[in-house]
Amino acid sequence: MNRNRLADKGHFIDRSKPLDFTFDGKRYMGFEGDTITSALMANDVKIISRSFKYHRPRATVSMAGHDANPLVQVGDEANVVADTRQVEAGMVVEAQNVSGSLENDRMQYLDKMGKFLPVGFYYKAFFKPKGAWKRWEPMIRRMAGLGKVDLNAPHGYFDKQYLWADVCVVGGGPAGLAAALEAAEASPDIEVVLVEETPHLGGALSYARFDAAGQRADAERRKLVEAVTAQANIRVLTNAYCNGWFTDHFLPIIQGNRMFKLRAKSVVVATGSYEQPLVFRNNDLPGVMYGSAVQRLINRYGVKPGSRAVIATSNPDGYAAALDMMDAGIEVATIADLNAERPHHELADAVADRGIPVSLGATVYEALAKPHLNGIEGARIAKITGEGRVAERHDTFDCDLIVSSIGWQPAANLIWHAGGKTPYNDATAMFEIGELPEGMHAAGSVAACFLLDTVIEQGRAAGWSAAKDAGFTRGAMPSVRNDKGEMGQNHPWPIFEHEKGKDFVDFDEDLQIHDLNNAVHEGYAHIELMKRFSTCGMGPSQGRHSWLNAIRLNAKANGLSVNEAGMTTQRPPYTAEKIGVLAGRSFEPKRFTAMHNRHVEAGGKMMLAGLWYRPEFYGDASRRAENIREEVAAVRGGVGLIDVSTLGGLELRGPDAAEMMERMYTWAYKKQETGRARYTLMTDMTGVITDDGVACRFGDNHFYVTATTSGVDGVYKEMLFWNAQWRLKVDITNVTGAYCGVNIAGPKSREVLEKLTDEDLSAGAFPYMGVRMATVAGIPCRLLRVGFVGELGFEIHCPAHSGEALWDAIMEAGKPHGIRPFGVECQRLLRLEKGHIIVSQDTDGLTNPLEADMEWALAKKRPFFIGKRSIEIQRDHLHRKLVGFEIAGENPAMPKECHLVIRDGEIVGRVTSCSYSPTLKKAIGLAYVAPDQAEPGSSFEVRVDSGQMAGTRVKIDTSKTVTCKVVKLPFYDPEGARQEL
Amino acid sequence: MPFGLLKFGLSKGHPVPRALPAASDLRDSYDVVIIGGGGHGLATAYYLARDWGITNVAVLEKGYVGGGNTGRNTAIIRSNYLTPEGVKFYDESVNLYKDLANDFDMNIMYSERGHFTLAHTDSAIRTMRWRAEVNKHMGIESELVMRDELQRMVPQLNYSEDVRYPILGALYHAPGAIARHDAVAWGYGAGAAQRGATIHQKTEVTGLEITRANGNPRRITGVHTNRGTIKAGKVIQCVAGMSGEVARMAGFKLPIKTIPLQACVSQPLKPFLDAIVVSGSLHVYVSQSSRGELVMGGSTDPYGVYMTRSTLDFKEGLMMHMMELLPFIGEVKLLRQWAGMTDMTPDFAPIMGETPVDNYYIDAGWGTWGFKATPVVGKRNAEMLATGKVPDLIKPFALQRFHDFTLLGEKGAASVGH
Repeated sequence: MNRNRLADKGHFIDRSKPLDFTFDGKRYMGFEGDTITSALMANDVKIISRSFKYHRPRATVSMAGHDANPLVQVGDEANVVADTRQVEAGMVVEAQNVSGSLENDRMQYLDKMGKFLPVGFYYKAFFKPKGAWKRWEPMIRRMAGLGKVDLNAPHGYFDKQYLWADVCVVGGGPAGLAAALEAAEASPDIEVVLVEETPHLGGALSYARFDAAGQRADAERRKLVEAVTAQANIRVLTNAYCNGWFTDHFLPIIQGNRMFKLRAKSVVVATGSYEQPLVFRNNDLPGVMYGSAVQRLINRYGVKPGSRAVIATSNPDGYAAALDMMDAGIEVATIADLNAERPHHELADAVADRGIPVSLGATVYEALAKPHLNGIEGARIAKITGEGRVAERHDTFDCDLIVSSIGWQPAANLIWHAGGKTPYNDATAMFEIGELPEGMHAAGSVAACFLLDTVIEQGRAAGWSAAKDAGFTRGAMPSVRNDKGEMGQNHPWPIFEHEKGKDFVDFDEDLQIHDLNNAVHEGYAHIELMKRFSTCGMGPSQGRHSWLNAIRLNAKANGLSVNEAGMTTQRPPYTAEKIGVLAGRSFEPKRFTAMHNRHVEAGGKMMLAGLWYRPEFYGDASRRAENIREEVAAVRGGVGLIDVSTLGGLELRGPDAAEMMERMYTWAYKKQETGRARYTLMTDMTGVITDDGVACRFGDNHFYVTATTSGVDGVYKEMLFWNAQWRLKVDITNVTGAYCGVNIAGPKSREVLEKLTDEDLSAGAFPYMGVRMATVAGIPCRLLRVGFVGELGFEIHCPAHSGEALWDAIMEAGKPHGIRPFGVECQRLLRLEKGHIIVSQDTDGLTNPLEADMEWALAKKRPFFIGKRSIEIQRDHLHRKLVGFEIAGENPAMPKECHLVIRDGEIVGRVTSCSYSPTLKKAIGLAYVAPDQAEPGSSFEVRVDSGQMAGTRVKIDTSKTVTCKVVKLPFYDPEGARQEL
Repeated sequence: MPFGLLKFGLSKGHPVPRALPAASDLRDSYDVVIIGGGGHGLATAYYLARDWGITNVAVLEKGYVGGGNTGRNTAIIRSNYLTPEGVKFYDESVNLYKDLANDFDMNIMYSERGHFTLAHTDSAIRTMRWRAEVNKHMGIESELVMRDELQRMVPQLNYSEDVRYPILGALYHAPGAIARHDAVAWGYGAGAAQRGATIHQKTEVTGLEITRANGNPRRITGVHTNRGTIKAGKVIQCVAGMSGEVARMAGFKLPIKTIPLQACVSQPLKPFLDAIVVSGSLHVYVSQSSRGELVMGGSTDPYGVYMTRSTLDFKEGLMMHMMELLPFIGEVKLLRQWAGMTDMTPDFAPIMGETPVDNYYIDAGWGTWGFKATPVVGKRNAEMLATGKVPDLIKPFALQRFHDFTLLGEKGAASVGH
């Protein structure tokens, strides 16, 4: 049996299911339903972690993970919140940020060094002399950081599901339960989703106390939960975090390794509030915690966190906690009530009845630490003499537990994400919700309401309004009594600075009162600057427990009101969320052509081309060069077949199709005859080449235009964009995926194709640049007599579902002729021999057609195409020109693509394509050179393999250059005889 | 224990002077008014005071210093650009950065980590080689490394071929660094203030006083703010994210689209990644800060809007790609996301120098590359304001280039495909 376990409390745990787990190598027993923290505390484990900066021992403060104290490592998961993570059988839990053991951390000396580590100390040191930071940084990096990442952790399973709801209620406490019920009762058709972050519905009803007898919470909880469970149209998600609000009520809800993406018509925020710490010396040590934390431990988990307690409070919650503690057998030594007047409520009366001494107008201002700070052994209490000041005279009480209840901060994260504001109310000393965004409603303590009856009524009203937003109305809006109660009232200044410090405002970042004051003193006065300089609120809890007091301190230091000091922006997520959960199952689109399997079967080495996969070459990868050379030989000497399905295809239909073409592309298309193809070149508004292809005219009103694999989506988008401006009578459709295509090329291609079609393929009937609708192998096709590779050839485009059949038929028919499939590398080489550019390889983000030597593709008489004016302006000052070149010699040093053309030590251009041509038996390529180097016959120098990295600067070996000779394009078959066979 | 911290332990109080001065009244007139108190504006004030002795200077900031993109970027510093003009410019910036901590007497945590731009396609390999060749020509340490070598240098990455975008190689830039971005703004602000410049926070420019001739704007004479009007000798706008709006007040248009760019951080972790890793195909950049957080960003939002709201799809897409790059990262938790606004120019290069309005200068178009340029921008802006001449180094970035087609073509060097 656990040492600190209470026999008759703890409705979250199942005592029939004990389980073992380890913490820092030691075995412990807990029960199913325990969290890591509750199980450890049941076993009398005092320390759970060490703090970020000073390595002070820490344990739970909130029992809700509203601070970094309970962060532990579980297996390969770092920064697990022990307060809320349920313990599992065999779980391996380890302390984080510890050097040596948790009890005897070698870094704890840092606590003594506190004076030497002022706020922002890392800005003030470690950089002198110059270069010193290089030596300090690795050490500081090792000290920073919390959990460890296991580089060998497996890629876990995470997934996502879409959800839809009329009303989403976030928070399963009394307000949320009432809201869900009211909304669900509006109609049997309404769909309500209720999200609760703990395993059980109930919220405060599952741990807090609302009456002297301690009966009410349980009774209300049973009633509300039963009613909600009975509603078929409420879907309850427990252990689930609504982790943010995004535009139009798009809510990510994370449950384990699954993320629900919920779109709701309206949202009820019933997320409760964060209890806030009392700031005094040693308020961070194990044994100092909130009233709500003690109540959670006792009532949910049956854990007794101490034996003798001192309570400091300014509201009824502290008295409620006192009663719960006494019922659990904890001796309450005394209560310091920060208010000067005796409270009038039944909880205070009950405490008085039990004979507990109460000091009015007093506070705990120091916790007395045990040796090595391993917990506390006493509390000092003194009268409050002014804001943040106490009398010198004090009383000391022995205790192992200090419990504070001095106020709350609304858990309004979703409201903040949605742009809602929460101005500070000086009367209640609380941030309270102002105007709410459309379709969002709030109820309960998030809306500064702490009286149970009012909370439930508020929940009802919020549920009714949310249902109405979703289009469901039943009856009149439930009335809400005008009494928010005094439960939960905030003390305006629960901050007591101690001359010896260690009075923590932010536990995550180890920030004390003077740290924040000093930040302001140094000029980081604006609330955002104070945050960034001190890192207050930047830790794992994102200011949940620190921000209220930090803003108060900032306002005071600046002589401003809290509202004038302002709040920093709160952003998603609400709680830290796993990268894996956000990633989900990682669906990445991959596009395979219709013939993909045939390529794989034929030994194609597949490569990426945009989203597509294409064969780079066929055959054994170790014989790459030979394979490509053989493919080249097949096309030049016989017949080859390449899959060109990835090329873009666009249909332009309508009376203005030709007009559209003439505006989008640089050439003339109105006079293009039906049955003919024409080259297309596209430029943008600055005259830069963006794409090219072929336009096939199949009728007066019908063009079929190809585009590059990676360019087609952009081309399509541009066409739609411009047509939205011009409103021409033309329909534009991207049919890239609907059609597939092959190119059969080589002197024997006609012979092969003739076997498969009745179409007259003779040069007279079907000339070069002709296009036809035809049937090939029984498949309706678009037949294009065009060529990129410079041989007789046909492109055959057919519906994608027939692609494999087409491929098979051609390969079969070509067998007697030695047909060979060829890949992208071979095609690149063949087109280079022919002097054709590849847009984006031989052009870049600034290339205009004049630089690319493509004047021939520009319509001269036409007044307009996109980019024309820009091209004309640039005509007179060209900086470079694309030329063909060859390199003399048997085995020249081959420049690589993007090696630079250098003249007189300056960059004048670069090589864009370069290859050894097996056909021409020499190295050829394309390069940008200075305009005065562009005449055939002139030469230029390319630097190859330059630059050895040496020390901090680079030494360039200027001797490594290759001389290239400019030649006229194309390299191969300049008369074009072969493609026009 | 570093010497610099001893005084804190030995002193009773907090023995440091105020770095950023308290609010003060606006004067009637300033020699130079700088609109925008981010890194660029503060650096300009700093060098004006330090190098040119010009201290009758006002920096007007509508919020708080460094609160715009200076405090929202992912703090990467590098000079491995594509155009010689760009490389030369950013190289000067990197060199200034290296001395900044000692200039400021403030640790900006400038940390050289090595910057790796991954290539997943053969066309990316070509671009990386191009950049490496240009960089080396300009004396910058930059090298194309292929997969095997890369794997030795950054073993944490996923080198499997069985992924959507296998890693083929990378452009390796050894001087690539990160720094504490806020500290850069503070150091410049404190240094400028110490030397006599005034910084006015919560002071928003509401209009500009410009003389006109023949209906066209001629010369700037003053600035209207929410706290009153001031006379100004020279004015420069350094307002990344709002450049178009402020230029509109001055009566001219900029070829700029303003698009949000989001980023996020994980919880702090013990160090496991030294390198700065960028992937264009995966739209990811990631580094681990000295606090231990993974700082991550992706591509700009798909639409232009003057808003810094967060979106869910940004995180989903980015994390999906993070998981491809670092498959072990699934259990690491994201702590916070945010957004900045980027002023994108057509050629991915900034706009600096003179404007159609006399005495009115511009420092805009900083897209996703403004932080790394902060020192060189400040230094050269100051030179320009002091001498009245545009320094050669920034001449290529003139607004005029959009009229006479002398664009720069830095798109290939933007960190991820934007």
